[in-house]
Amino acid sequence: MGVVSRVADLGRVALDVLAGLGRAGLMLWGAIINVPNISKGLPLVVKQIYVLGVRSMVIIIVSGLFIGMVLALQGYTVLADFGTVESLGPMVALSLLRELGPVVTALLFAGRAGSALTAEIGLMKSTEQLSSLEMMAIDPLRQVIAPRFWAGVISVPLLTMMFCLVGILGGHLVGVEWKGIDSGSFWSILQASIEWRQDIVNCLIKSALFGVVVTWIALYRGYEVTPNPEGISKATTSTVVQASLAVLALDFLLTAIMFGQ
Amino acid sequence: MLTRKVELFVGLFLLTGLLAFCVLVFNVANVELKSSKETYTLRAEFNNIGGLKVRSPVKVGGVVVGRVSKITLDNKKLVPVVTLTMDKEFNQFPETSSLSILTSGLLGEQFLGLTPGFMDDDIEMLADGDRVHDTRSALILEDLIGQLLYSVSSKDN
Repeated sequence: MGVVSRVADLGRVALDVLAGLGRAGLMLWGAIINVPNISKGLPLVVKQIYVLGVRSMVIIIVSGLFIGMVLALQGYTVLADFGTVESLGPMVALSLLRELGPVVTALLFAGRAGSALTAEIGLMKSTEQLSSLEMMAIDPLRQVIAPRFWAGVISVPLLTMMFCLVGILGGHLVGVEWKGIDSGSFWSILQASIEWRQDIVNCLIKSALFGVVVTWIALYRGYEVTPNPEGISKATTSTVVQASLAVLALDFLLTAIMFGQ
Repeated sequence: MLTRKVELFVGLFLLTGLLAFCVLVFNVANVELKSSKETYTLRAEFNNIGGLKVRSPVKVGGVVVGRVSKITLDNKKLVPVVTLTMDKEFNQFPETSSLSILTSGLLGEQFLGLTPGFMDDDIEMLADGDRVHDTRSALILEDLIGQLLYSVSSKDN
């Protein structure tokens, strides 16, 4: 009897996970398919880009600068042993464009904007604002979820571009201004080793997918919240945890596809 | 309600993001817009291409005049065939020119060095689809060490 009920428990967990995935998919589908007409929907998206994107700029730029600087500093000590400090530029730029830029931006975005999204939607759900919208024949997916989703998907790649650029400038700051690598060779070797298709396009693809995943998880966690204070705090935590794990796992998968050959 | 300020900030945000993208593309990846340069192709057979890759540069005295566009194996002779895409701007190489696989620095990337040959009345210029006959294969470090060890040990005997 004990074994049977264990198996049944396992089955229930699996069914719950699948049902959750299905509900998340339906929510995303509802948000995507209900493309709001431009004149009405655009102001909502603009407002959300301000909340999600513009407000995240400071943290993204500051952390990009520091990560670029620390990469350059650590790389310099290793490269100096081999007498190839000129390769510092490509090292910093490649690691930023291929991995750190998209991943760290998505992680910071999940912490800075994703958690806020979950709390906001969760509170709307708890105070039954979403149900009231529905009673007034306004589709909450279209009015509330869709603009936030699109704003997230637009913001993350742009933030990633800023992150990478500022990181490379930070690497330049440490490598050239502080450690005295020749500025000309720093840039020329950097330019020679970075390819636009291989590195920058892949960076954009990665960051756009991370934007989709992080925003989706944040919205779904808020949408499916248990309507009480504890539920909202749990949902916010699980947004950050699940979004971070999803980003890291997806990053490995994408790297294997893009660069693993 | 959307205030003017929010719209302004969002506009600035989008512009900054696009600007960062453009700087990355044009300054860091160094993409040149006039990519539709006129080119012609050359072929060459080698015994061993070492670490030569597609997109490796072809240089004449250090100046990049083209890139490797394709590397295949000739099915009959079983030797590597390298196809080069050369810049049309540089199309005055005589048929007697030779290609050798060189390494930039001791451990650097490998590239093709084109050495222009002698000119004579009955010698034509390399044109689209031509084959460069005079080729020198890559220097394989392991082979060199093997030869060195062999010659040292044969002297000892």
